[in-house]
Amino acid sequence: MITKRIIPCLDVKDGRVVKGVNFKDLNDVSSPVELARFYSGCGADELVFYDITASVEGRKLFTDILCETAASVFIPLTVGGGINTVEDFDRVLKCGADKVSVNSGAIRNPGLIDEAAKLYGDQCVVLSADIARVDGQFQVFARGGRENTGMEAISWIKECVERGAGEIVVNSIDTDGVKKGFDIEMLRAVCDAVRVPVIASGGAGCLEDFLDLFDQVPDIDAGLAASVFHFGEVSIAELKERMIEHGIPARPGREAEE
Amino acid sequence: MLALIDYGVGNLFSLKSSLASIGEEVTVTSDREEIAAADRLILPGVGAFGDAAAKLSSTGMAEVVRSEAARGKPVMGICLGMQLLLEKSYEYGEHEGLGLIPGSVRPIADVIPKDLKIPHIGWNRLAFPGEKDRLFRYIEEGDHVYFVHSFYATECGESTIAVTDYGAPLTAAVGKGNVYGCQFHPEKSGEVGLSILRAFCEL
Repeated sequence: MITKRIIPCLDVKDGRVVKGVNFKDLNDVSSPVELARFYSGCGADELVFYDITASVEGRKLFTDILCETAASVFIPLTVGGGINTVEDFDRVLKCGADKVSVNSGAIRNPGLIDEAAKLYGDQCVVLSADIARVDGQFQVFARGGRENTGMEAISWIKECVERGAGEIVVNSIDTDGVKKGFDIEMLRAVCDAVRVPVIASGGAGCLEDFLDLFDQVPDIDAGLAASVFHFGEVSIAELKERMIEHGIPARPGREAEE
Repeated sequence: MLALIDYGVGNLFSLKSSLASIGEEVTVTSDREEIAAADRLILPGVGAFGDAAAKLSSTGMAEVVRSEAARGKPVMGICLGMQLLLEKSYEYGEHEGLGLIPGSVRPIADVIPKDLKIPHIGWNRLAFPGEKDRLFRYIEEGDHVYFVHSFYATECGESTIAVTDYGAPLTAAVGKGNVYGCQFHPEKSGEVGLSILRAFCEL
């Protein structure tokens, strides 16, 4: 049976990984290429590169880094951040990305999903949604969670799947950064609404939070996190071992390379 | 020298890099002479069967792959490239394949339980129905590889060298003499995938 995926997310700005990364085995903790190799060696099932650069020069650096990573790390790579047009899809796919995630770009122009899915296939188009509870309703936020669009989240996600999004990343603004576990209620609501893979993001604080996620939301496909992996609070190899012990289908990790 | 056949389908960046990483010299080409001079061929492919089969024919690459395979050259199809090696596909209509491996391509939806998601996307385990093929000499039964597909190869008979379980057994790899096919993406399957490519490059 297909395994539950564990996905570290790397935020990249001007060609460097941001958010304090703390690994004693790495010479250069802010090198996306080194960090990608490290995670791949630990048994990460996929990597997300999120481009938070604003400048044109930064974009160029990002694609250079992506090419370099894709030439040495042979697991699926998803790229997000600053994807507004099919030209943006083309730019990162040529550098070795396998999937591209859209967020604000799709909110501004939902047709982007149709266009990209037609050109590259549904499996290539990932919808990333930042969601928070507002007056008892799940609502979609744009611009990195700063702007409430007022749109109801479940119907937005359904619409995007109909347009051709092949996978959904659900980032709960309510649990993000709190480190008290994933947003089980929100994730269940999304899994009940769509038949494409759903990736949980926001809230992981410890290893048990991942076990809890897969126990409580059996339809969830993957758990994504950044800082708990970067700070070494959760070791991917150990997490995989615990998942297998726990009866959750997982691809075994390996000990981190020295 | 390995020739990665370029017929205008799919992104060859990862495949090319993964082969380079195991020390294989690669040329991405649609040049007949270059293909004839290569030691082995890889037929890539993503997208729809009908379009890809048409491109393979119109570029003359269908004929080249057939004749090189008949000369005994190792050939490997990957993902849609594997499906193209079979006789027939029922993906949106009915299309002829290269017929190098017996079998046909049908929708996964026909055989898996209704509650499973399509495409079959993610990491799944390999099982060997018969004796372990030489393509898998560096890996073990039960190792995980990365799949992305909505159609699958069936009726391949003894050419089925690996299967995977997605609510039903799905063909994961086929082999007949010097012709091989992998439904999964070895270039995206970490060390296990690289080990399969290495074994192919040693044929």
